[in-house]
Amino acid sequence: MPLLEARDVYGGYGGMNILNGVNMTIEADEVGVIVGPNGAGKSTMLKAVFGLLTVSQGEILLRGEPIHNLPPNKLVQKGMGFVPQEKNVFPSLTVKENLEMGAFLKPGNVKRMLKKVYEFFPPLYDKRHQPAGELSGGQRQMVAMGRALMAEPEILLLDEPTAGLSPLYMNEIFERVKEINAAGVGILMVEQNAKQALAIADKGFVLAAGQNRFTDTGAALLADPEVAKSFLGG
Amino acid sequence: MNELVFFINNVLIAGSVSGSIYAIGAVGVTLVFSIMRFAHFAHADMMTFGAFMVLLLTLAFPGVGGVVGLPTPVVMLPLAIALTALLAVGIDRAFYKPLRAHGVKPIVLVIGSLGVTLMLQGLIRLFAGTGAQNLYLAGERKEIYRIALPIEGVRAPIVITEPQIILFVLTVTAVVGLHLFLNRSRLGKAMRAMSDNPDLARASGINTNTIVAVTWVIAGGLAAIAGTLLSLDVTFKPDLSFFLLLPIFAAAIVGGVGHPYGAIAGGFVVGFAETLAVFNWSVLLRPFRDSLPEWLAQAGNLAFVGTEYKIVVPFFILVAILVWRPTGIFKGKVI
Amino acid sequence: MSTQQEHASHRPDAVAAPSRFPLREVVLFGALLVAVLGVYAIMGIAYSTRMLVEAACYAILALGLTIQWGYAGQFNAGVMGFVALGGFCAMFFSVPVNDAFWGTELPGELGRVLLYLAAAVMLVFGATRLDRLGVPRKLRTLIAIVLAVVLYLVVISMLREVTGEIESRAGFIGGLGLPAWTGWIVGGALAGGVGYLIGHICLGLRSDYLAIATLGIAEIIKAFLKNSDWLTRGTATVSPLPWPTPGPSTLGFTLSRALYLSLTAAMIAVIFFLLHRAYHAPWGRMIRAIRDNEVAASAMGKDINRRRLEIFVLGCILMGIGGGALTSFNSLFDPQGYLPLNHTFLVLVMVILGGPGNNLGTIFGAVAVYIIWIMSEPLALALMNLAVWVGEGAFGWEAPSNLDSRALQARVFVIGLLITLVLRFAPQGLLPEKVKHHG
Repeated sequence: MPLLEARDVYGGYGGMNILNGVNMTIEADEVGVIVGPNGAGKSTMLKAVFGLLTVSQGEILLRGEPIHNLPPNKLVQKGMGFVPQEKNVFPSLTVKENLEMGAFLKPGNVKRMLKKVYEFFPPLYDKRHQPAGELSGGQRQMVAMGRALMAEPEILLLDEPTAGLSPLYMNEIFERVKEINAAGVGILMVEQNAKQALAIADKGFVLAAGQNRFTDTGAALLADPEVAKSFLGG
Repeated sequence: MNELVFFINNVLIAGSVSGSIYAIGAVGVTLVFSIMRFAHFAHADMMTFGAFMVLLLTLAFPGVGGVVGLPTPVVMLPLAIALTALLAVGIDRAFYKPLRAHGVKPIVLVIGSLGVTLMLQGLIRLFAGTGAQNLYLAGERKEIYRIALPIEGVRAPIVITEPQIILFVLTVTAVVGLHLFLNRSRLGKAMRAMSDNPDLARASGINTNTIVAVTWVIAGGLAAIAGTLLSLDVTFKPDLSFFLLLPIFAAAIVGGVGHPYGAIAGGFVVGFAETLAVFNWSVLLRPFRDSLPEWLAQAGNLAFVGTEYKIVVPFFILVAILVWRPTGIFKGKVI
Repeated sequence: MSTQQEHASHRPDAVAAPSRFPLREVVLFGALLVAVLGVYAIMGIAYSTRMLVEAACYAILALGLTIQWGYAGQFNAGVMGFVALGGFCAMFFSVPVNDAFWGTELPGELGRVLLYLAAAVMLVFGATRLDRLGVPRKLRTLIAIVLAVVLYLVVISMLREVTGEIESRAGFIGGLGLPAWTGWIVGGALAGGVGYLIGHICLGLRSDYLAIATLGIAEIIKAFLKNSDWLTRGTATVSPLPWPTPGPSTLGFTLSRALYLSLTAAMIAVIFFLLHRAYHAPWGRMIRAIRDNEVAASAMGKDINRRRLEIFVLGCILMGIGGGALTSFNSLFDPQGYLPLNHTFLVLVMVILGGPGNNLGTIFGAVAVYIIWIMSEPLALALMNLAVWVGEGAFGWEAPSNLDSRALQARVFVIGLLITLVLRFAPQGLLPEKVKHHG
């Protein structure tokens, strides 16, 4: 049974569909990457999975159980974590408090998971008593990912985790994503840096106009001249 | 020196008293503002409701205080806090939640809260009448402590009453308790998180309905404390609401809306500003009468505003802060 | 974000077909007419005409509020203050000249203090400009504040002296003996001026702040009018106030009231016509564009705060005029008679029940709510008496002495309940604003 499955999903804002029948399947322990041009519905798809917008047609299954249109806090309970692209930390809370909020539904986890998250992101340990609003962009992204990991998700949704970061931090984040995945967490992420993202992807989904255009392994998509021409900038 | 004692009694103590009351009220307003993003106009009547509950409980169980050694109204306060918190949660369920569910603009919630304030006013005055009533009933009386200063030539003592001491103790307790709650407890941190970023709080699995309910419990409880302290210090007056709203909102905005510590500071700023403004400064000039120019020495009334215009002071502070720095001195989150 | 989207998706419901038969309007106004006739039949002509005049004055207030709240989404929680200002001006201009004041040296004294006041204001203003002469900014602020405090204390103590003198020797300064309508116009202007100051400060900020500030200014205006005995006689009240139309002593109650009614009706008609024109002019479209989507409107280069200020001041002017007309009609200026319930929240209910942004709906709401309001007073008392009677009979319950004032509190509750219910179940009012699609 796949970890996450989307079947022919339609949805959007205010009665206007942005997604026009998207399909995707991710097995446990896989990294799935959604790429595509601006306005293709990449982030919208991620939000649909996380219950942030109404799915008007089709279904989304987590381990075979339908989850579409469940509220986010239910999804967190069911083992899904979400890292938004912007405003993904609580600026006035300290780093440690930010992480604790991630384990809000599983307070028993806090101690053990804090240790684990600090292992993934050592810089956070030194800054644990600093308000998250004072950190740099890359460190904030780490806080955001750490917060989502605190609930021990089976699958982590990342919305453009490297947007606006320097190349140094970008590589760092991709490395961490690989490590998190290696620790047994499924990943579904939206990325602008398509080449780098597909390089670590088990599955790649190229979306355009709210529909699947290509679906294959990351390596195969990178090798496909047609994908390269139309979506990866040559 | 007698003039200095007069100053301490009329400004320092009086200012701390009203400052504490405004601070506790403003914290409630600012918490509601930071979680639900609207100015809750029914807060002053929640204060009145809390005091009214204390009055009713004191009437129902007179003399309980004698057993414990505290005034009966203070003994009844915890129960009144619980009742007011319940009322606050109930009001939210019945009136604000449906509006929020419709996704209305915050200003519609403001109007809704004005409707609620009228309902509370109507109910309280229907049962309590419109006159003032003393919370000290049935033989209990306010202890008044006169502390004579061990300085020669000082005849006037520093005067402080029992309810004022209780008020200071309760204010400190409430502030420390709130601080611990917001910084140590899981729910308190979640409240701060939701005030920072409600969407991310939801995405973290924080149940926002719970946080909203907790906010109302705290706001209602604090309102009951503030209202009771006010009524203990003077008398229970059911028709204060609009006169309390302005200083409380001014305090919350001065401190930076959504900023609990700012609200406490703002409460004291407004409280002291009020007492300083109505204080007759010519009293302090009296010892120097001989060395002052005649026109100044002759001035009998050097108060900035008469007590009947006290309400001008918080308004003036409000306008000044809105013109000068709308985010408040501590930079609030909600602009 | 989600609020705005929600809002946008609800909008189409409110769109009416361009030229349908106004069935809803006809039915509602027909019912209103029946109610008015019913009141005439039961309560008599003189009483009912008085009620209609008051309702008409309230309709002017409600029109003022509907352009603020309905057109522009600004919530004014201090209608009472602007009404009181209008009422004060109506009194001050129309009441006969007081020779006990003008015949003495007191006017000169008062004028001297006012001159000092003007000079002090100019001095302080000058001090705030000191930085242009090279004074450091912090020092300038300090000088300005100290100067303001000292001059304020000096002027206020002189003013206290003069006003005390006026109160003890002349009672109060009396009026100007001019026709009442001059007072209404000046009252409108004064209310507009106060509205300008408040709006200037608050309209660029969160909408809640305007509500807080207006609530505050209303209480301050009332406190000022109540305590300035030298100007208004304070709690001693001023009466009678002359009417702009022939009074009851020359024409009798019914006819004079009918004449007053036609005057207010004419005012409403003029205001209605002008507002209708403005609403459909580019100015009105811009106002609504700002209300519905501020970001888009400002992106189109509209000067949002200026338009907002215009509409807020306009609303306040109408409230001042309406307040003047209402106070003149009552022939009594009593600062304590201005109550948040009667002069702010009642008007609010009229607007949100009738249909915010819809002038016809607002007028309907004003008249309908006022009739209910007036009729509910005896009803509340009767209900209360019934309750007491039952209570005494069944439980031996002793009725509290101040029963009348308590019974009226039931109306406070009902108004509050009405506000919350309308907001929840009929947010568009009985006659919703007709929103046309632009292009």
